[in-house]
Amino acid sequence: MPTTFTVNGKRTTVDVPPDMPLLWVLRDVLDLKGTKYGCGIAQCSACTVHVKGVPTRSCRTPISRVAGADVTTIEGLSPDGSHPVQRAWEEVDVPQCGYCQAGQIMSAAALLAKNPKPTDADIDAAMNGHLCRCATYVRIREAIHRAADAPAANASTPGRSNAAGETNE
Amino acid sequence: MSGLMSGSVDDGDEAVARDMERRRFVQLLGMGGLVFAAGPSGIRRLGRLAETAVPVDPFSPHAYIALREDGTVTITCHRSEMGQGIRTTMPMIIADEMEADWARCRVEQAVGDERKYGSQNTDGSTSIRLFLTKYREAGATVRALLEHAAAKQWGTDVSEVRARQHTVIHERSGRSLSFGALVATARSLPMPEKTSVRVKSPSERRWQGKKMPSIDLVPMTTGTAIYGADVRLPGMKVAVIAHPPVWGGRVRSFDARAALRVPGVEKVLHIPEPPLPAGYNTVGGLAVVARNTWAAIQGRAALRIVWDDGPHASYDSVAYRAELEASVRKPGTAGRVVGNVEEALASAPRTLEREYYMPHLSHAQMEPVVAIAQAVNGTVEVWAPTQSPQDARGTVAKYLGTDESKVTVHVTLLGGAFGRKSKPDYICEAAWLSREVGVPVRVQWTREDDLRNSYYHTVAAHRLEAGFDGNGTVTAWRHRVAYPAIDAIFAQDVEGPGPDDLTNGASDIPYAIPNIRVEVCPAVAHTRIGWYRSVNAIHHGFAIGSFIDELAVESKKDPAKYLLDLLGPDRVVDLSKDGLVAPASNYGGTWTDYPLDTGRARRVVELAIEKSGWGTPLPSGRGRGIAMHRSFLTYVAMVVEVDVAADGTVSVPRATVATDAGFVANPDRARSQMEGAVIMGMSNTLYSEISFRNGRVVQSNYPSYPVTRMRTAPHTVDVHLVESEALPGGIGEPAVPPSAAAICNAIWDATGVRIRQLPVGRQLAGARARTTDPDGQDR
Repeated sequence: MPTTFTVNGKRTTVDVPPDMPLLWVLRDVLDLKGTKYGCGIAQCSACTVHVKGVPTRSCRTPISRVAGADVTTIEGLSPDGSHPVQRAWEEVDVPQCGYCQAGQIMSAAALLAKNPKPTDADIDAAMNGHLCRCATYVRIREAIHRAADAPAANASTPGRSNAAGETNE
Repeated sequence: MSGLMSGSVDDGDEAVARDMERRRFVQLLGMGGLVFAAGPSGIRRLGRLAETAVPVDPFSPHAYIALREDGTVTITCHRSEMGQGIRTTMPMIIADEMEADWARCRVEQAVGDERKYGSQNTDGSTSIRLFLTKYREAGATVRALLEHAAAKQWGTDVSEVRARQHTVIHERSGRSLSFGALVATARSLPMPEKTSVRVKSPSERRWQGKKMPSIDLVPMTTGTAIYGADVRLPGMKVAVIAHPPVWGGRVRSFDARAALRVPGVEKVLHIPEPPLPAGYNTVGGLAVVARNTWAAIQGRAALRIVWDDGPHASYDSVAYRAELEASVRKPGTAGRVVGNVEEALASAPRTLEREYYMPHLSHAQMEPVVAIAQAVNGTVEVWAPTQSPQDARGTVAKYLGTDESKVTVHVTLLGGAFGRKSKPDYICEAAWLSREVGVPVRVQWTREDDLRNSYYHTVAAHRLEAGFDGNGTVTAWRHRVAYPAIDAIFAQDVEGPGPDDLTNGASDIPYAIPNIRVEVCPAVAHTRIGWYRSVNAIHHGFAIGSFIDELAVESKKDPAKYLLDLLGPDRVVDLSKDGLVAPASNYGGTWTDYPLDTGRARRVVELAIEKSGWGTPLPSGRGRGIAMHRSFLTYVAMVVEVDVAADGTVSVPRATVATDAGFVANPDRARSQMEGAVIMGMSNTLYSEISFRNGRVVQSNYPSYPVTRMRTAPHTVDVHLVESEALPGGIGEPAVPPSAAAICNAIWDATGVRIRQLPVGRQLAGARARTTDPDGQDR
């Protein structure tokens, strides 16, 4: 059944079963593989993308639910990896294996769009859904603070105008 | 940003331009040899590669190093990258030694070829300790070759020239030639004699102690890094497998009709179950082959299977714990004997006995195991996140009955591994399925598959007994262990750990005790046991580090002071001459190169005490704990601060880690490993447990197998690396072993509750109700 939605600014139609999770549509059908599979039950958040600006667990989001919606993946967060969160991640050298980091970055970008100067507690609340088994949490907190302090932190963030809270879909 | 470049060029107003160059550089690097595999995002990257297109015939004077006329230096990383940073650290060592400019180096990932590259088995924290000298010599040899080439071009003696930052200069005349301009001449020269190759002195190293930007940073932050599941081949199918839920089980009968009706499902195939123990082979099962991952998952859920559970159908963790505890209450086989423990214990006016228990654990790395194979026309090509392409190659060849030369293993980035991906069972599955269906196949394990069919960290019981003399000094130490051994995946009759397991931190303790006896008590494996980050040092470290704290409490002494006292005067011990009953591995090093150096142990303890503010007051509900462990030839002491909330939740606001790993090639990546190890240690200690009922793993996904999340993770991990030119020890694993004891000792300090069984959660927060399928997942 065809579903039409927008991915990284590009209008896209896919013909897949309506219950196929957005994660597998992105990875297997659209070949956008920056979004990762970790648990399949919205408990690790490696698969986080923005749907209408809201960080969303794509592994538990049926494709039917994003019909007509704007979806942003890590590939679309910035044209060249220059989003303040991406730059802060590089400066702090956050990743170890790196597998969970696309999801972490998507949530961090949404957090800063909503709350430009988060406290540690704000960060912990926004990021607690994300697992990092290499355990880069200390550097993730540092990088989010650094991105918040960066002069470019208020530059355009996809979806920032209507970014709201997290959702576990 | 210029700080990140501190090793390669001087600071100045060109920093921004150089930063852009660096970003572009690392983007190229991130692709490694996997350009072919990229999708739409990768097409752009291919374009970028084309812009810098270089002649196809690089000059490869060394297996690790290739040069091109345009000056590009390609360093081939033969070790697997799983977060430890080897794809950055190895080039740092080689390029520094070569005098290469970091911005003109590229990194490619080697295919599995042990004969060409040396060991590629990335485990045991071995990459630097086995290869530091080889990397330095490789870089120095190529530097010497380029110097010879310049001398030949100028008709001068080689002693008058020297390599400096990607050029060779003739000091007297001021002439210089770039590395690229020397390639043609270098091709015609013999390799320099080993005697004419000089490795740099420490003061000559440019990047010693500096922070270099990690090679894969940009791909990792832009979603373009290639992990196991990210390789796509034309016509590729996806397979999801129903493995026997019990080790050694097999399919008795099945009905695949409903599965085959799932849109996208194409085939259901029975992968034969091998006889036990299956070693590195797949355990077999029913594979659903489909056009996409979702169809394969849905198809697998629709299979109806009747299993024959086999000989381990009654494995039950509650009953097994009782067996292990009974086992350590009887004498075992001695692994190390110093003095006479029986006499010392019998004559001691006071003794202390304690028992500790640690359950099975699983790696739960973020990337579930996955492999891609194309087995057509008699050859096998594999793309996989594997720690050991050499074992993958050999195992796949044997499994398919073909020659190793017919098998090529490409190594992608590993989305975490921690020992799980040293076993190629999942790669065998992809290779077998591809051969059966005649097209490339990606085998995708779900999270549930990964947790329920792992090679588990062993389950262990420990009994420790100490005897005190009249002054309260410990004069006797008897340590009995019972745990199933990794060897049981390879042989039927294994009844517990061997000498090499004990020197993972049990028989090689550095404490000054005149009578020591370490004994192995029987324990038979009923599931696959495997390596998990720091291996047996996890439970050895928990039991020993906790017991020493209990001895301090019993002696009414400060635990940190007590630990120092127990280490005694500095000694350098060759353990092979100090009581080992049978020769035992010293993590692959000799006892001469890497003796048990109690002075190094003492210094890391002192450093942790000093840097942590040990002894200063803490608020109510908080406590500090200390522990020290030598493992993988590295000494780590740790002070952990815990906060125990009213509901029993434990968080770790701060940890101080003091590490003596000898020479450290990449201090920032070493620090990141220590940070991660403390937090993984929290998971092992506070939350995680794999248990069995009716032979099956009870847990299925992260809700039932919790690991540390950000809210309880430390806000500060202070890592202090002892500066040293000593032979390198391991980095990835050694900070795990002291963490469990340090956390539990801190809990004691905060609450007065002594933790002797893990995980902690059950005890401070109340018993957790468990059902056979707590997450309602896909079995």
